[in-house]
Order: sequence, then C-alpha cells, then structure tokens
Amino acid sequence: MPYIPHTPEDVREMLAVIGAASVEDLFTEIGPDMRPKRFDLPKGRSEMAVVKHMEHLSARNRSDLVCFIGAGVYDHYIPHAVDALTSRGEFYTAYTPYQPEASQGTLQAIFEYQTAVTRLLGMDCANASVYDGGTALFEAIMMAVRATKRTRVVVSGTVNPIYRTMLASYTCNLNLEFVNVPGRGAETDIEALKAAVDEKTAAVIVQNPNFFGSIEDCTDLFAHAKSKKALSIVSAYPVMQAILKTPGAMGADVAVAEGQSLGMPMSFGGPYLGIMTCTKDMVRQMPGRIVGRTKDTKGRTGYVLTLQAREQHIRRQKATSNICSNQALCAMRALVHMCLLGDEGLRRTAALCVERAHYAAKRLTELPGVTLLNKGSFGNEFAIRLPMSALEAIDKLSAKGFVPGFPLGRYYQGMDDVLLVAVTERRTREEIGVMAELLGGIL
Amino acid sequence: MKTVFAKSRPGREGVWPEQPAQDVSAYIDPALLRGGAGTTGLPDLSELDTVRHFTELSRKNFGVDSNFYPLGSCTMKYNPKFTEYVAALPGFAGLHPVLPQLKGAGRFCQGALEVMHESERLLCEITGMAGFTLHPMAGAHGELTGVMLIAAYHRDKGNKKTKIICPDSAHGTNPASAALAGYEVVTIESKDGIVDPAVLRAALDDEVAALMMTCPNTLGLFERHLPEIVAALKEVDALLYYDGANLNAIMGKMRVGDAGFDVVHLNLHKTFGTPHGGGGPGSGPVGVSQRLLDYLPISRVVKLEDGQYFLDYDYPKSIGYVAPFYGNFGVVLKAYAYMLRLGREGLIRVSENAVLSANYLRKRLEDYLEIPYNRTCMHEFVASAVQQAAKGVRALDIAKALLDKGTHAPTIYFPLIVKECIMVEPTETESKETLDRFVDDLIEILTRAESDPASVQAAPTTLPVTRLDETLAARGMVLTDDM
Repeated sequence: MPYIPHTPEDVREMLAVIGAASVEDLFTEIGPDMRPKRFDLPKGRSEMAVVKHMEHLSARNRSDLVCFIGAGVYDHYIPHAVDALTSRGEFYTAYTPYQPEASQGTLQAIFEYQTAVTRLLGMDCANASVYDGGTALFEAIMMAVRATKRTRVVVSGTVNPIYRTMLASYTCNLNLEFVNVPGRGAETDIEALKAAVDEKTAAVIVQNPNFFGSIEDCTDLFAHAKSKKALSIVSAYPVMQAILKTPGAMGADVAVAEGQSLGMPMSFGGPYLGIMTCTKDMVRQMPGRIVGRTKDTKGRTGYVLTLQAREQHIRRQKATSNICSNQALCAMRALVHMCLLGDEGLRRTAALCVERAHYAAKRLTELPGVTLLNKGSFGNEFAIRLPMSALEAIDKLSAKGFVPGFPLGRYYQGMDDVLLVAVTERRTREEIGVMAELLGGIL
Repeated sequence: MKTVFAKSRPGREGVWPEQPAQDVSAYIDPALLRGGAGTTGLPDLSELDTVRHFTELSRKNFGVDSNFYPLGSCTMKYNPKFTEYVAALPGFAGLHPVLPQLKGAGRFCQGALEVMHESERLLCEITGMAGFTLHPMAGAHGELTGVMLIAAYHRDKGNKKTKIICPDSAHGTNPASAALAGYEVVTIESKDGIVDPAVLRAALDDEVAALMMTCPNTLGLFERHLPEIVAALKEVDALLYYDGANLNAIMGKMRVGDAGFDVVHLNLHKTFGTPHGGGGPGSGPVGVSQRLLDYLPISRVVKLEDGQYFLDYDYPKSIGYVAPFYGNFGVVLKAYAYMLRLGREGLIRVSENAVLSANYLRKRLEDYLEIPYNRTCMHEFVASAVQQAAKGVRALDIAKALLDKGTHAPTIYFPLIVKECIMVEPTETESKETLDRFVDDLIEILTRAESDPASVQAAPTTLPVTRLDETLAARGMVLTDDM
C-alpha cells in the first residue's frame, strides 16, 4: 500500500482495541442510500510508471520556445539556491504556523518577506501574501471600500486586462460601480483619471509600469485622490520596482504586485504570489495573515501571526476577507531570491532587462512599417504596431521557435496589429537579433 | 536569531547578473527612477550567508518530514517526494501560461492541457460530480467560487435569494466566503454534533440560496441525516455545498455528487498529498452537478474527437475569471501524479486507514480525556480538556507540552462549539508505533497535569523560544524590521 504503513497485524490489533470486526464496520454511519453509484478509477501504478508518464506529458509542451511574452508573467532567471533552500522538508511540509513556538522558521521568514516587499514598494506594512496579483488587486479594492464606505471605483484601462476581467467576476454580486478610463495609446490618461475621481470614489487604480510597459509618475493623481478622500491603489511589477520611483514615494495608500518575477517559475499560470502592502493606517483593513514580532517568557525575540481579529476563524462572516491560506512557500521563494540577488543584484537585473528591451525596440522599429506605441519612458516591455495582424506574426514566428510577444487585440479594440513585447535578462542580444530578422522576413 | 537584514554588508556579492553597458537613466527619465545603490533596502549577502541563514531557519520549524502533525481538519499526511520532481520538469515549470491563448491554441502545450483535463476527469469520478474547474487557488477561494456559482444559478433562474445557512460547526471561511459573495449568513445549531433536519427546516425559507456543509463535519462525525437534508433543500430550490476539507475520510465510501450535493471544493494539499508549504500554496478545485455546469469559470479545457485539447472561452453563462490563468497548475500536477500512483484501491485504502487510525486513537485516549461525542468517528475526533482546565491546565498548555515531545499539537482553536477542544487527525500515513508514542506522550502530560501542573503550564521549554506573547505582538504591531 503506497505511503500507508499499517501491516495486516497492525490492522488486527487496532481493530481489536476499537472493538470492531472489520474496517468496513467503521463506515456503517454511511447508509446504503449514501453509497457511491460507482468509483471507476484506474488501477494504481508504480512510481516509475507515473514518472515516465509525466515525463512524456512534459515533453509534449514547447517550453523551449524563445519567449518574448510578458503580460504579467516573466521568464526571469532563478538561482538554484532558491530551489535548494525552499525544498527543505521542514519548510515545505509544514502547516500554517498556528503553533508559533514550533514554526519560528516560517514565521521569521514571513516577517523578513514583509520587510523586503515593503522596502521594495516603499510602503509601511505588508501581509504574508495572497494568491496572486489579481486577487491582491481585488482585495485592495475591498480594503478601500471598507475604509471609505464608498462604492465607486475608478480603474485605468492600462491596468492588466486579465485582472480587470477578474474584478468584474468577483464583484458582480456586490454593489460596486466600476468606472473604466481608457488609456491614450500606450499611456495612462492621468488627466481623465483625475477628472473621474470625485467625492463618491472609494479608490483609483493604476498600474506601473502599465500593461503596455509605460512608466509613469502618478504623484499628482494620488494627491488629487487624497483631496477627494479617495484612496490610491497601485499594481506593480516587482523587478522593475528595484529602479523605479516607488508607489510609496508617489503617495499610494495600497500597493499590490504579482510576485512571480521574484523566483517563481512560470509554471503555466501558478502557483504565483500576491504581494499586498499598505500604509500603516490601513493595516487593520488588510486581509490575510500578518506576522508580528514579539517576546517569549524569557524576553527573547520571536514571531507570531498577529492582528487575527480581522480573520475568519475569529470573525466569521464579519472578517475582512475569506482569504485564509497564503502563499507561504512562494513568499519564501521571493525572499530567498531577493536575498541572493541583493540590492545590487536586483537593480542590475532590472537595468539589464531595460537595456535589452530598448535594444529590441530599436531593432524592431527599424523594420519597415513597425512603430513604437510608447511615447514616454518604458522599462522591459513595450508595444509595437505591425503592418500585419499580430496573431499572424506570432503564428509564423512561433513555427520557427520564437514567440515574439502577446497580441493586444485579444483585449483591446483596434489593436489587432499591436504586439506587446517583453524582454528579460534571459533573452540575449543574439536571440533579439534573430527575432527581428524573422519578423522582417514576414512583413 | 538576527534577521537577514541585520546580516547585510553593502558590497558583498550574491548572485549578481552581468553589468549593463549603460546606466538605466540613459533609457528612462530620471524623474521616474528611485535613487541608486542601497535604495531598495534589500540585503547584500554572499550566497553562503543566504544558505546558512535559511538552513538555520529551517531547523526552527516542524514539518511532516520531521514531526508527527495530528492537526484536526488539516490532513497533514506524508507528501510523496517524486511529485516534486514531476512539478519541476522543464516542460511544465518553464511553460508560459499565455501560450495556449495564441493562434492555433494549445498546440504548444498539449501535455499540460492533458494534465488538466485528466485531473478534472479523475476528480469528477472521485466525487461523482458532472464537471470540475481547477482555477481556484486555495480551499477558501474554492468556497468563494462555489458561492459565486450558486449565485449565478439563482440569478439565471430568477430566484430571489439572500441567505446562506452555515452550521455552527462550519469552518470560519464558509460564512466569510458567503458574505464576500454578497449573502447574509444564517447560523444553525448542531444537535448531537450534527445538523438536525428539524432545526434546518425552521431556518429554511424561499430566500435561502444554499446550505454549506462539511461531511464528515469538524467534530469528525458523519452527517447521517443527509437524505432528509437534501430533500428539505429541494423544496425551496436551495443548493447543497460540500466543503471538501474532510474528503480524506470517505473516498470510495461516499461520492458527494451521488449523495445530492451540488457544489464541492476540494483541498488538493489535504486529500491529495501536495505539501502545504507552511501556509500555501494550496489548490481548491470546484466540482458541480449537471445543473451548474454552464456557470463554471472560464477557460475550460476541452478534448476534441481527434484527441487534441484546447481551451474554450465560449460559455455565455460562465461566472467569468476567478484566476488569471488555470489555477495553481504546479500543485495540480502533484495531485494528478498522486492520484495516478494510488489509483482506485489506493484511494479507498487511504480513507479506510485514516478512519482506522483515528478510531484507534479515540479508543486509546477515551480513559484520559473527555470525548464529547464518543462514537465511531471518521478520520478525526474531538476530545476536550475541560476536566484538566478545571484544575488549571488548559488545552493550550497540553498542546504546548506536546511540542516539547516533538509532536505538532492537534487543533485547539476550533471548533468553537467544544470547550477546551483537542481535535486529532492522525491520517493514514502514520505508523502504529507513532500513534502509540503519541498516546504515551499525551498520557504522560495528562498525568503531569495532576502531579505538577506548573511544568505543563510552562511548556514548551525545549524549542528555540518559550511561549510567545501574542497580546504584545498585536499591541506593539512590529510588522517589519524597520518598525
């Protein structure tokens, strides 16, 4: 019996103690009318057979394509020590740290993670993470709605459209009004956002760099929101935050991020890491777990889950959120990743991505009929208009092993010929050159 | 132990990427940048510094690999190692989630789509549901998705429904999820530890959208009035939701779909042996009966007649996106490999042996602790330390004393309806020797609670820290190293 240690002798002894004649006798509470109609599952297989099958399935995926897709998920290099450390059984086979004395490793790591992400985003407080960047954004909106007791939410059209679609699903049973403010090309329409924020607005939401890769300063917008007593929420891309003016420096009240780029493989969409940070006065509105520092009976430093009065196991339907688990192991991966790179390493990674992206933009816009949409600064991602359908271009290039980007027509009207190109430090100048040549060959 | 920030020495080199040719201000307007070196506040360490730091932290942690973890309702079973290898295979780990959304959708990721399709099929067979979505990223996320599906069903039928009923033994996430989806929560009291049909009927009216149940429930008891409950709900067109936290007790013995449930969420990190990670990531797939199929989240993976898989977004009644992509795929991979490894007989044996172990512990402990509902239990049971508490040694003290024995404590903060509760779930993967040692340890602690209560109240004494001041943590609010 795989993973079950009981021998027939053990079973006999245990049944004797229980006073039952057979194991089946333990299930008599489940009446005949409750029994399964069927249970037609395949027979169990050896570990070797399952591994072989999974290797076969793995080989049926083209993870070898040279990938210029970003759109919120990025192909960054992950140092091997991240895997080595986070695969220690004491970490990954542990439970939620409800018994803090037996979980100081997890708790101190989360405390350090909270410290690292607040520093990176320029905010005061963080929680121990939520599922992903999209749910983090939804939870940020709910924080603003609770804090302001208002229900109008102003969202820039340059915020990740996948997240905006998620927000629509989550809020369709709630009494919230969304105001979508379209961007101007690849840029956020800051003036239109300002005009849309009024005395009924709970929050204004922007992304930086925005979905088109443009980098913007929202300081004025956030000051205006503050004057209307509305809150400002930023969705950020953590690697770029190493070099950019932070959400905190712009005056944001809540900053969230998809943490995948900090040491998580792309893994076909998950598990990822929802980073949530806020100013100190917002911390009691924040959902999820939070670790705090304290003392033991001998005065030594230790860590515990704290501010639990916000959570479901205490407050039930009055909790700040239904979110219970966090992404503890992913948060630990992010922390180890940030420690291995350090201040210098993460800034250098970001700068390298920016340099390669600007090289790619230069090479691609040299092609006839290709123009850059971004008018101002951009980081490691940018949008180009092609003299042909973006989907066609992707189709033709991917047959040659290169996926040149994400087709923006999927989410934006009138952008069927626009390609969103992302460049990480893993893309070499040679790969960029070949991609430009291949694209030139089909235009 | 110092924090990693206190160990930082600016200029010390970790895993540095190559140096860009130009300063970033050559590309980005300097007004949009933060300052230079040191401004991120991240630490600078050597790789060995980092390795030592996290290795030292790992030694301050209990995990299933190192300690027995009989946490009720958490199903802390052994996590097979080969599934880690499977999830890290480059064809899975290196796959960008947008790939199947490009032209010729799916041709680059047939293997990954097959994993999703087959996982859904297996989960359907295990639960007797008509369809599954893998998108929810944790159990509570599955609950929210399930309640959103219930809301979509009633909206579509034109039903005016405002309330969801939760028994008082429910996990706190049940009422929280119902509230987050816009419902008023009605709590009903358990009778003899289970839902009483008469009490339920008194709470039922046309405005009730659903009843959320855990079965076996959090007291470890099977809800034996299920047929009557199903019938009562039908009369007012209310749906029945199954919280899958305790599925480990019933595989092959009951299928929730056959028993009349409409929606179920599973916790892959519990029943299907994926590691919990110290708090996550989890994965909370949701299954539905035939009448809710149309509302499942998009996308859905479909198998064509030629054996190819593709993602279908064309479901007009769908509740939409609950996740950016397809859920926590890496966790699903591990659960899929686990299901293939165990197969039909293996999964049945999981439940049989989990229930056997729990009843064995219950019988061995009944002379030492009060057991409020002392009848055949499922994969867990709840004991109570009320007698010990009357003399000053509380369930919390007993829990901490167990930590000194190298055993993680049972659940003691839950369920709220049992005073001084000690909820024990041994799982099927612990040997009889481990179970016996647990009983011996507990008896020793309970004996000491009589003879030397102070020594139990002082526990733990052998761990890196003694008992921690939670009030100080909440009052002081030191949440980062900078505070």
